[in-house]
Amino acid sequence: MIQTFFNFDIIVASWPIVMAGLLNTVLLSLIVVPLGLFGGLLLALLASIRHPLVRWPLMAWVDFFRAFPPLVLLILLFAGLPFAGLDLGGFACVAIAFFLNTGAYYGEIFRAGIESIPAGQVEAARSTGLGRLQALGYIVLPQAVRNVMPDLLSNTLEVVKLTSLGSVVAVPELLYQARQAQSLTYNPTPIVVAAIIYFLMLWPLVRLLSRLENRALAGRR
Amino acid sequence: MATLSIVDARAIHKHFGALHVLKGVDLKVAERELVFVIGPSGSGKSTLLRCLNRLEEPSSGSIVVDGIDMLDPRTDINHARQRIGMVFQSFNLYPHMTALGNVTLALRKVAGKSRAEADRLGHAALERVGLADRAEHTPGQLSGGQQQRVAIARSIALEPRVMLFDEPTSALDPELVGSVLEVMRSLRESGMTMIVVSHEMGFARNAADRVVFMDDGLIVEQGAPAEIFEHPAHDRTRAFIGQIQRH
Amino acid sequence: MSTWDRFVDTFFNGKVMAKYLPDILSGMVVTIELAVLIVITGLGAGLALALIRSLAIRPLNWLIVFTVDLFRALPPLVIIVLIYFGLPYADLSFSGFVSTWLSLALVLMAFSEEIFWAGITSVHKGQWEASRSTGLSFGQTLMNVVLPQALRLTIPPLTNRTIAITKGTALGTVVAVTEILGEASSAMSNSYNPSPLMMGAAAYLVLFLPVVVLARRLERKFAWKR
Repeated sequence: MIQTFFNFDIIVASWPIVMAGLLNTVLLSLIVVPLGLFGGLLLALLASIRHPLVRWPLMAWVDFFRAFPPLVLLILLFAGLPFAGLDLGGFACVAIAFFLNTGAYYGEIFRAGIESIPAGQVEAARSTGLGRLQALGYIVLPQAVRNVMPDLLSNTLEVVKLTSLGSVVAVPELLYQARQAQSLTYNPTPIVVAAIIYFLMLWPLVRLLSRLENRALAGRR
Repeated sequence: MATLSIVDARAIHKHFGALHVLKGVDLKVAERELVFVIGPSGSGKSTLLRCLNRLEEPSSGSIVVDGIDMLDPRTDINHARQRIGMVFQSFNLYPHMTALGNVTLALRKVAGKSRAEADRLGHAALERVGLADRAEHTPGQLSGGQQQRVAIARSIALEPRVMLFDEPTSALDPELVGSVLEVMRSLRESGMTMIVVSHEMGFARNAADRVVFMDDGLIVEQGAPAEIFEHPAHDRTRAFIGQIQRH
Repeated sequence: MSTWDRFVDTFFNGKVMAKYLPDILSGMVVTIELAVLIVITGLGAGLALALIRSLAIRPLNWLIVFTVDLFRALPPLVIIVLIYFGLPYADLSFSGFVSTWLSLALVLMAFSEEIFWAGITSVHKGQWEASRSTGLSFGQTLMNVVLPQALRLTIPPLTNRTIAITKGTALGTVVAVTEILGEASSAMSNSYNPSPLMMGAAAYLVLFLPVVVLARRLERKFAWKR
């Protein structure tokens, strides 16, 4: 069994391939997480304009991406756009899809955070002469981010896991590389190794989250 | 005084980790007696009460309630607890059920009554605490005083032999205290055996048969209310009563 | 032909759409089957684990926590690939459908256990004490008093998580499940036209958008009372 699923020779042979994949997964995460955060912040700031003409389209936008599987979005960009003469390549498609999809999720989180700050905070800030944006940037956002930190981290965990979708459009990230190595060696060891790497990389975050979430829910009562 | 004790607790010790909360407490309560337990916070009075129905597991000692050895592992503790009603400081009503639902749950699940029979007994219990018209209200729709009376109804519906009150009025706004004490007084008149941990000294004075003063995990002294309040034998008792009355 | 006409002819080609509509519909049926199975087994297993965890049996709880952590940390696609491409080496072959079902059910189990457990522990200790003092047993208290309150508390986070994981049925296409995306992709390569993909995208919205809107309502209805 160990010979099959955790074969030492194959680990050694596939190590460079898998490591290259890990590097790309880390790089991809470092690009798509800030991208998603930026998109989310943009949405949340728009949502703080409490005008129905802004509110409803925004809510529709967010619900649309909550209902739409990210893989479908990715395939739509990757396989659909070329028919319109736009061939962006796997990497750009992943970036755009994540910007749209995870941006919507981050946006909901930021919005909830901003709404959790009592109006008195803004009033106090404005009363000392701070402008609307200054009040938002110095007073509201720092508190909002702290309030929704567990949700932000939880979504970030999901985003990093989601980078594995890149494998479907030939982005050479960890899962893609592991599958390449698997078909080269006719052995599942590289996939097992990839799974272990994912787990070791993300376990600390999962532990932290589980603590934060337990505390948050217990505190509601 | 009393002949047969319905509660007989002997040499109760309770440790919480390194903390020694009860340091050998003996407490006997006669049938139909109302015993009032007073003492500073942290003196162990609530812990003692919670040991009697084994919500807290005593570290050592023996507890017999109505002839049942509460600490015997063979004792069906759930059955025994039905005979010992308990009223909590924070009411602890089930927020997802109506007042009637709160009162009838144990009747149906533990006493094995049919729903119709449980409802009949539940209505009767609510009637006794003056809340017959609130049966279908949920706890959120009731005032604190009403909630506590529902909690009392939840206990008396099971026809307990003893009732334990753990600071039943401490969480109430002052104007709501009277209604709860009123119910407790009528319970007393019906002959219920009661052990009450509370700071309601006025109630203790005119309703209690005996006042027990606890401090630092021990019973310091006990006696008739007039005796304890007017002529306490110990300095600690005197100091405590002085503080309460100045309050 | 104008640009607009060409665009419509490419992405919303009536003939292609009519031809492949039955495929997309059968893909929808598969997606629904998969989703229902995942939700029932995933939430059921998650609740069962949370209940077992409340018994506080040490070694068992460590095992539960580790299992939950494992399936929270692993990307669902990695689990699907492991089961579908890895297990056959151990002479254990699952179809793509079963692999996807198992994987996503395990993920939902992990997430929902965590949520159910947080709900159970957040019910105030006094509720346990009041119930136990009237003679209800541990199990009766859990079922009649604690769980109903805990479930109410868990509904908003649970619905969101369930939707997010159930959407993952699209991943089945990687292991040849003939759900919506799978049908749409193969129709697209057969017809050299992206219209089936557009239909597939619409099919997902038809299935999931009502659920998302419903979840938003539930969220408001069961919002925490502060």
